[in-house]
Amino acid sequence: MEIKKPAAAGTLESSDAQVMIEPGDGKIELSLQSSVMNQYGRQIRATILETLERLDVTSAKLTVVDKGALDCTLKARVECAVFRSCDASEANIPWGGAVR
Amino acid sequence: MKNAVGREIPDFLLTNGKEVYQGKNYMDGKYIQKASPRTRRYEKPQESKLVETLADALRACGAKSGMTFSFHHHLRDGDFVVNMVMKAAIEELGLDNLTIAASSLGSAHDPIADYIEQGKVVGIQTSGIRGRMGEVVSAGKLPTPAIIRSHGGRPRAIEGGEVHIDIAFIAAPTSDCVGNCRGIGGKSDCGSMGYAMTDAEYADHVVIVTDCLVDFPNMPASVEAINVDAVVVVDSIGNPKKIASAAARISQNPRDLMMAENVAKVIASTPYFKDGFSFQTGVGGPSLAANLFLEQYMDERNIKMGWAIGGICGPMVELLKKGKVGKVIDVQDFDLDAVRSINQTPNHFEMSASQYANPANKGAFVNKLDFVVLAALEIDTGFNVNVLTGSDGVLRGAPGGHPDTAAGSKVCIIVTPLVRGRMATVCEHVVTVTTPGDCVDVLVTDYGIAVNPLRPDLVECLDNAGIPHVSIEELKEKAYSIVGRPDDLQWEDKVIAVLEARDGTILDVVRKIRPYQLDG
Repeated sequence: MEIKKPAAAGTLESSDAQVMIEPGDGKIELSLQSSVMNQYGRQIRATILETLERLDVTSAKLTVVDKGALDCTLKARVECAVFRSCDASEANIPWGGAVR
Repeated sequence: MKNAVGREIPDFLLTNGKEVYQGKNYMDGKYIQKASPRTRRYEKPQESKLVETLADALRACGAKSGMTFSFHHHLRDGDFVVNMVMKAAIEELGLDNLTIAASSLGSAHDPIADYIEQGKVVGIQTSGIRGRMGEVVSAGKLPTPAIIRSHGGRPRAIEGGEVHIDIAFIAAPTSDCVGNCRGIGGKSDCGSMGYAMTDAEYADHVVIVTDCLVDFPNMPASVEAINVDAVVVVDSIGNPKKIASAAARISQNPRDLMMAENVAKVIASTPYFKDGFSFQTGVGGPSLAANLFLEQYMDERNIKMGWAIGGICGPMVELLKKGKVGKVIDVQDFDLDAVRSINQTPNHFEMSASQYANPANKGAFVNKLDFVVLAALEIDTGFNVNVLTGSDGVLRGAPGGHPDTAAGSKVCIIVTPLVRGRMATVCEHVVTVTTPGDCVDVLVTDYGIAVNPLRPDLVECLDNAGIPHVSIEELKEKAYSIVGRPDDLQWEDKVIAVLEARDGTILDVVRKIRPYQLDG
C-alpha cells in the first residue's frame, strides 16, 4: 500500500500506542518511544515492521509512542494508521486477508 | 560473592564486616553494640529553645560540611521540611558534602536532585526514592552508592552506629517552646510520628521544625524535649492535602475485589485465623479491599482480630471502632480518618519504627504478626519481590516495611495482578530483590494462586479448603504468553544503590542502567 497522506491512530493512554504515519522517501523510517523500551523495544519494533510488511508498505515515516501496548494493540494501531493514510479505512478493509 | 538469593555482590562493598545476605534469621542470637550520641548538656534552666530561622538552628547545632542530616517522612508527598532545611544549609550556610538519611523520600523532594547534581549532597540513605532524585541517583550522580533500607533496617542501622546522625530534623505538626512534639492538633497533622523517634534518641543534635507552636507542655509527646536542641517555627511544614488523603477508599475494581476475596479465603483456610489473630495490610487497591472480605469471615466464625499494626488508614480504624479489632498500633497514618483517631480512639496507639520492625531489638511487633498482605512491582519464580526498581532499572519505589513484615509474619501474602500494561508482574528474575523469597509464602494474582514450596503446611491448608492453586512457574508462563518474554536489562558495572537486607547484610545492588540502543 502507498502512504498518501499523514494519518494517526491510537492514544497515549496506558496500554495503548499512538501511531503517526506519513509518506516516506522509498524506505521505512521508524521513530519509537516506549515506556517499556528496555524490555520490549526490540519486540515492539519487530511487530511494527512485520505489520507494515504484511500491508505491503515499503515507504513511510512512522512515529510510534508506546505506552505499554500488547502486540495485538500495536498491530491494530499500525493497520488503522496505514488504512487512514490511503483513505481506505471507510470500506472494504481486507478482514482476514492483510488484516488478521 | 553470590548471596542466598543468587545476587552477585561486588567485593568492594564487603568491608568492615559487611556480609552478603545469608537467609532469614541469620543474625538471630548475635549481639549488637549500640552507638551513643554525643549530646549537649542544658543544665541551666531555659525558658525556651525557639530560634528565629533554620539557619540559626543549624548554626546553634554546629552544622558543618560533611555532616549527616536525618528526616522522617510522615508528611509524605506534602513535605516541605527536607527542601527547606537543605536550602538553608547549602544556600545560606554554604555547606557541602552533606548526607541525607531519611526514613523515606518522594517526588516532593525533587529539588534535592539539583543539590546532588551540584555535588552538595553526596550521600543518600533512605527507604523510598522516587521522582527526579531517583533519576539522578540512577544516573550515577552520587559519588557513593545510595543505601536503601527497610523501615526496620533503618533503626537497626542507627542504633548500631552504621548511620551516625549529626543533626535530626523533625517535622512536627505541633510543638511547644522546648520541643515536646505531637503529630496532631496543628494545621499539618500527620498522626503518628513513629519514624522520627529513633532519630531523636540517637542524633547528636535535634531540631524541631513546626508550623504550630502550642502551650507547654505538649503532652503526650511523640518526641520529647529532653532530646531537643532547638525549635524553629516556619509558615508551613507541608501541604495538608498531600500529607493525608481524604479517606483511603476501598477499591470498586472487580479485579481487585476478586483478588481481595481470594486473599481472605487463603487467610481463613489457615490455623492462624482464630480469635485474637493479628494482621497488617497495605493500602493498595486489592490489599486494602482484603479487610472487607476478612470481616465477613470474622463475622461468620464469630472471631475478632486481636491487633493490627502498620501504616494505618480509615478502614482499619472503622474495624477498631466497631469493636472487631482489639488494638491498633500505628507507625504512620495514611488518611485523615487515621490521623484523627490516633491517641483519641481508645486502643489506637503510636509506636516507633524500631518497635514496629527492627530485627536487631528484642522483639518488634512484626515478630508477633500472623498475617501480612502486601503488594509487589514484580515477583519471580523464587518468590523474591521487587518494590524498588521499575522495569527500566530506575529507582522509583520503597521497600518500606515490606521485608520486615514478610520476615516476621507467619503468613505473608503478596497480592498483585499478573500483568500491568506490558509488564509481567510474575517473572523469571526480578530487577532488584527487595524482599527475599524465603520470607514470602503465598502469591494471589488475578490468574491464580501459588504457594511457596517452602510452606507445605500452607499447601495442605489450601487443599483442605478446596482453594485451587498452581505453581508460580505456571503463572510466570501465563504472564509471558500475554506480554511476551522481556529482554534482559543491560547494566553498566557502576553500583548506584546498595539494597541492605533488614539484618544489615547485602541483599542486592542496583547498577547504572546502560542507555538503551534499539539497534544494539
